This record gives sequence, structure tokens and C-alpha cells, in this order.
Amino acid sequence: MNPDVVIAGIGQIPVGEHYELSLRQMGVRALRAAIKDSGGLKPQALYIGNMLSSVVSHQANLGALFTDYANLGGIESFTTEASGASGAAALRLGYLAILSGYVDTVAVLGVEKWTDMAHSESETAAALGLDYDYEGVQGLSETGQAGLLMQRYLYEHNLPADALGGFAVQAHANGVNNINAYFRKAISLETYRKSGMTNPPLNLFDAAPYADGAAAVILTRRDLLPKDHPQPVVRMLGSAIATDTLALHDRKDPLAFIAAKEAVQSACAQAGIMPIYTDVLELDDSYSIYAALTLEACGYADPGEAPAMARDGGLAPTAIRPAMTMGGCKARGNAIGAKGIYQAIEAAMQLRGVCGLNQVPDARLAVTLALGGPASTAVAHVYDKIESRE
Amino acid sequence: MEIPRHWRLKQQRYALMGEVCPHCEAKIFPPRDVCPECGGEAKTQFAFSGKGKIYSYTVMRDAPAGFEHNSPYTVAVVALEEGPMVTAQLTDLGEEPVAIGMPVEMVTRKIREDGERKGMIVYGYKFRPVMAA
Repeated sequence: MNPDVVIAGIGQIPVGEHYELSLRQMGVRALRAAIKDSGGLKPQALYIGNMLSSVVSHQANLGALFTDYANLGGIESFTTEASGASGAAALRLGYLAILSGYVDTVAVLGVEKWTDMAHSESETAAALGLDYDYEGVQGLSETGQAGLLMQRYLYEHNLPADALGGFAVQAHANGVNNINAYFRKAISLETYRKSGMTNPPLNLFDAAPYADGAAAVILTRRDLLPKDHPQPVVRMLGSAIATDTLALHDRKDPLAFIAAKEAVQSACAQAGIMPIYTDVLELDDSYSIYAALTLEACGYADPGEAPAMARDGGLAPTAIRPAMTMGGCKARGNAIGAKGIYQAIEAAMQLRGVCGLNQVPDARLAVTLALGGPASTAVAHVYDKIESRE
Repeated sequence: MEIPRHWRLKQQRYALMGEVCPHCEAKIFPPRDVCPECGGEAKTQFAFSGKGKIYSYTVMRDAPAGFEHNSPYTVAVVALEEGPMVTAQLTDLGEEPVAIGMPVEMVTRKIREDGERKGMIVYGYKFRPVMAA
């Protein structure tokens, strides 16, 4: 019988433009906050999700960097990279390490330093997740890929240019109540309609802002929790990664987001649940079109129906399908390699019942899904809560 | 500068050289030596016609480094006549608006400049609307 893997501690810094903080300072702050929240558990391994430090901070070998600066005494540590799903991939590694029996307590850190370079240089670094030889060299970017998907989606479903506006409106409404969110101001559909097109038909509000961020969780076996650990305890029930072609043009149907579907179904199967029973869905809205395609691929919405679901409030914390409950990538901010850990923390907070005005009533099951590129890599996790220690 | 990389890709960039699978006849671009349809080894060269239709398109206004001079430019995913799709910039766009389904053909153009004056200039395929006969 597998041991219960639980999230014993969570720690995050606000997503944003942290010109005053370095990569290492951000990561150490999140790590120390998570260790403190766990009641002082001592991790035996640290897995780090990061995509851009080699380029943007001229820094590789993050395992040595963070164990050193966080005073973790030379424990096992290294980086996992899966583009925007790097943090979620590191989380899976931590989960598997505990299940394997070789490690009792793990720290997982998602960290991304975005603002250390001029904007166009950082944008070029972010495009590393594309197929360089056949997409990047044509002058395409991640945002350009999203524009291509959105154009085709609107065409196939015969939808107007403002159809996807509901995603940004919902995300911003939720971001207002998240002290760690980059944007904490609600927007109207009118604001969305009036914003400039960056990659038509994709407008400024269809793209989540890249930003600095660091978030960490402490995982351990349930039997190793400190006796006074606050209840309820958040447990990890499933973990899965699926991949698709690297280049968008190599897919039979680029709108299918097959990897997102595979990852969510596989993680839910491990947890013994159907995806539709999810109370909280922290999906990846790096672009509003990603959110729409994910909802449809995973069976949360019929093809072409996800935009109406978002517009009609169907993703609100009190609605049938709460999603992006703390602002998603759009309002919380897209801290790229750290994204997956922010999502895990938001899921854990919902299950702990500490989300305040954004609390999903009676949240029992949560699913997180982080994407690397347009679901080129997809990482899903499933969580529940246990009320007592029996 | 990445000279070996651009040199290595010259057949693809200048001539849309892909592969045809000897087992299932699938046409493959870009070449990958393993057929994505049947999984068999596929190393037989095949030159694509360069004719296709637009599957989707967008305009790049926030161009990555190396593409600023050309900004804004239109990037499309083109479904080639022989089956595969390819990502490329559109060029020689006249008055007619770009649309999904529009027939296009391959041309060779400058696609990137590295640096202000002494950088390498990369040539490769772009697509333009098919000229009326």
C-alpha cells in the first residue's frame, strides 16, 4: 500500500516585477516560508522547477545555489525543465520520490526571474519552448502560437473576436482578493474589447503577463507530520505528465490539446475520480485560448462552448466549475517555471479553506494542470483533504 | 552566429526538402527519419511542391530579437498539398486580406538578420498568395 503523500507546507512571494530581488533571494524566501508553514520539517531533497535562469540570469546549477543559500546543508537537489510546466514537473518528481520510499520529506521550489533582461531579450528566451528550427526561426513566439490557435478556434466555431473575453474578466475578478497576485484590479468586458491587439485576433488581455515569482511546497508522508499540524491536511492523490509534438504544426488537430486531456485523465484515474467531480480546477490560462482548449479537451465543456461558460460566470468560485480561483496566470501573473507550484499552493489553500472571498464552498477535490507551451507538455495533479489523522 | 546550424538546415530552408516513408508513403516535413504515421524508418528524400493553403495566421507586432526590422509581419501555419503543415511568414501580401483557406506558394526570402551590420543574414522559405494566372 502506497503511503499518503501530503502537502505539509506552502510558501510564496507575490508574483510581479521584483527588481529589488535576485533569483536566489526570491527562491530562498519562498523556501523558508514553506518550511516554516510545515512546522519546521527538514527536507532531504530539493527539486527545482525553472525554465529561464540559464539565459535570463546566466545561472545554471540551481540545485547547488538554492541548497547553499537556503542553508539546506548539501542535500540532493537539481532542476527539472519542461518549459512553462517546469514547476509542476518538479512537483511530480517530489511526489514520486516520496512514493519510492527513498526520501521522506521533499521541498519543491518553482522559481522564475523574468525582469533581469530587457523585455525583447526575455521574450526571446521565453520562445525557447518552441521548435527553434521550424517555428522560432520563422519569427514566431509563444504569444504568436496562441494567436494562431485563437484565429483557428474562432474560425472553426464561428465566434466573434471578443468571444474569449470572459476568461480575463473572471481571472481579474479573482485576482482582486489574492494578496500575491500581480494584478489586483477587476476589468470589464468593455475593457477587454478596447484593448490593443498584440497578435490578432489575440489582444493584450488574452495573454497572461510574464513576471517574477517563487513558490515552494514541502511534501512528506502523512505519518511524519508534526503532531500539531493544522487540519485539514492536503493529500496528493494523482500525478501525471503527457507530451505532444513540440511544434504546433506537427499536430493532426492543433486545437485538440491531447496532452492536457491525457494528463488530467491519467491523474484523475490514479485518484479514482472522474475529472468532472473536481471542485477546484487550477488550469493554465497563460493564454485565454489555452484555458478554452483545456476545458474542452478535458470534457469540462463541449467543443466551442468554453468561452460562453467563462462569459456567463461558470468558472466563478461559487459556480459549477470554479477555475483560476486566485486569479490564474492572467491576474496572479505567469511566473513560467514557478507557475505549477503557485497552482499547487492555490489548490492546497482551497482545500484548507483559507481563500477568503475566493473560497470555493465545501472544496474537497482539486485538480491542477500546468502547460509547457500549447500543451506540448502537460502536467496534472489531483489533491483532496483529510479531516482527521485516523 | 550558429553557422553550422543554419548550414545544416539549408535543404529544408531553400527547397522544402522532406522525406517520404518507404513503408506507408506518408510525406514528412520537416525530415525526422522516423515516420510519424507508421513508426518505420523513413530516410528517402522528398521535395515538396511548396503549394498549400493557410490553416491559420496571426500578425507579430512584438517581434523576437532578430526580427524587429521586419515587424509587424504575418506568420501562418500552411497545410501543404502533400499533407504536412509548416510554420512560415507570409510575404508579398497585396490588397487581398489574408484568410484561412487562402492558397499560397513557397518563395525564398530573407527571414532573419543577426546584429546591426556584421551579423549573419538567414534566408529561407516564406509563402505568398498564389498569383492569378
